Amino acid sequence: MGLAKRIIPCLDVDAGRVVKGVNFVGIRDAGDPVEIAKRYNQQGADEITFLDITASHEDRGTTVEMVERIAGEVFIPLTVGGGIRTCEDIRTMLNAGADKVSINTAAVHNPDFVYEAAQRFGSQCIVVAIDAKQVSKTGSPSHWEIFTHGGRNATGLDAVEWARKMVSLGAGELLLTSMDRDGTKAGFDLGLTHAISEAVSVPIIASGGVGNLDHLVAGVLEGGADAVLAASIFHFGEHSIPDAKRYMSEHGIEMRL
Amino acid sequence: MTIAVIDYGMGNLHSVAKALEHVTHEHVVITRDERRIRGATRLVLPGQGAIRDCMAELKRSNVQGLVQEVLTNTDKPLLGICVGQQMLLDDSEENEGTTCLGFIPGRVRRFNDSMRDDQGHRLKVPHMGWNRVDQNHSHPLWHGIDNGERFYFVHSYYVDAADDNSVFGTTHYGDVGVHAAIGRGPVFAVQFHPEKSADAGLRLLENFVNWEP
Repeated sequence: MGLAKRIIPCLDVDAGRVVKGVNFVGIRDAGDPVEIAKRYNQQGADEITFLDITASHEDRGTTVEMVERIAGEVFIPLTVGGGIRTCEDIRTMLNAGADKVSINTAAVHNPDFVYEAAQRFGSQCIVVAIDAKQVSKTGSPSHWEIFTHGGRNATGLDAVEWARKMVSLGAGELLLTSMDRDGTKAGFDLGLTHAISEAVSVPIIASGGVGNLDHLVAGVLEGGADAVLAASIFHFGEHSIPDAKRYMSEHGIEMRL
Repeated sequence: MTIAVIDYGMGNLHSVAKALEHVTHEHVVITRDERRIRGATRLVLPGQGAIRDCMAELKRSNVQGLVQEVLTNTDKPLLGICVGQQMLLDDSEENEGTTCLGFIPGRVRRFNDSMRDDQGHRLKVPHMGWNRVDQNHSHPLWHGIDNGERFYFVHSYYVDAADDNSVFGTTHYGDVGVHAAIGRGPVFAVQFHPEKSADAGLRLLENFVNWEP
């Protein structure tokens, strides 16, 4: 085995600025996405994901500029998610220097968009984000459904079936977020991660709920995730990426150290 | 002194151009113009997506003949990346068989979907992420890069070159030995993405820019 599991820090971006900043020692303005991306790159992040939460359409131009600036200085894979609704949105981000885009709600509203995007740009740059929530009752077999709008709106779509469908339409990777765990620091939903990882051939990025380094280890060893995405444990200085990599490596996981 | 990134309509060329600009003061152009390609001192042949589409677009943009000519008649350094590497072989299993440029003997094969790792988890296809590249032979493009260094990969098909002398780097995934770097004369080609492989990738690009085969 030579392929390393990946650690991906995720940053929320609003109008070209990283929301709440990142707590690196010695950075004056921790909201600057270029500085943050450079610092994560130096720390050994395997990829970087930006989630664009810019509300107004006009301000999205600043996100494009931000991607351009980062792509000129940081040479690891860069994914941009949030507000990707059309092939034109994808083209704009790829031309700016993003390597992948992550499609979420637009895939739920129009699954053919995933097909169209993969045909046009190649599966390698199409990540489909899946937000799932457990809907089964205690005692009955686990079952998860797709939710939109930050976990508020149920769609009635079975998460495992949906994952299979997205891959058959051309998704090259799945970003899987447990809406039950997101923000809880209670760890990934390992049952969900494992169910989807076994159901599809493409890599799975586990997300939602990371509170400590053991959660990252469990995501890979028990959940079968190919990559782990986390935000707050890295941003607020609780753990550094080298610490996380060393810890995972000590638990027998192949990492890029 | 110009480096031309050949644009035949397939894939994201901006990352490659930006990474080259980062390691050289030479002029980097993204082009399909015959005059500019002929006038360039070095060429980069990228490629993403399905190989049949790549070959078709290469032909349609009238670049195929030019690339063939450069490969056979000149000593101009050329760097192939990803599908730009695969296209140098004889043919590919992708899309029910696709005839390629035939510059380096061998085939492009698909990973088996049913490979498993030591923990029993599925080995995913595409092979995506950072993997080690063992250097089979020394080469000027490996200068300053550790044997076994990791590079960033994303691919479902891999090069299986017929002649070991053309293989400069091997990467292991499941039970497959991927010919991750191949070369012949002034041509070097890699399956991984040097433009996305942090310092090691930039070093390889810098070595390419300074290479005098």
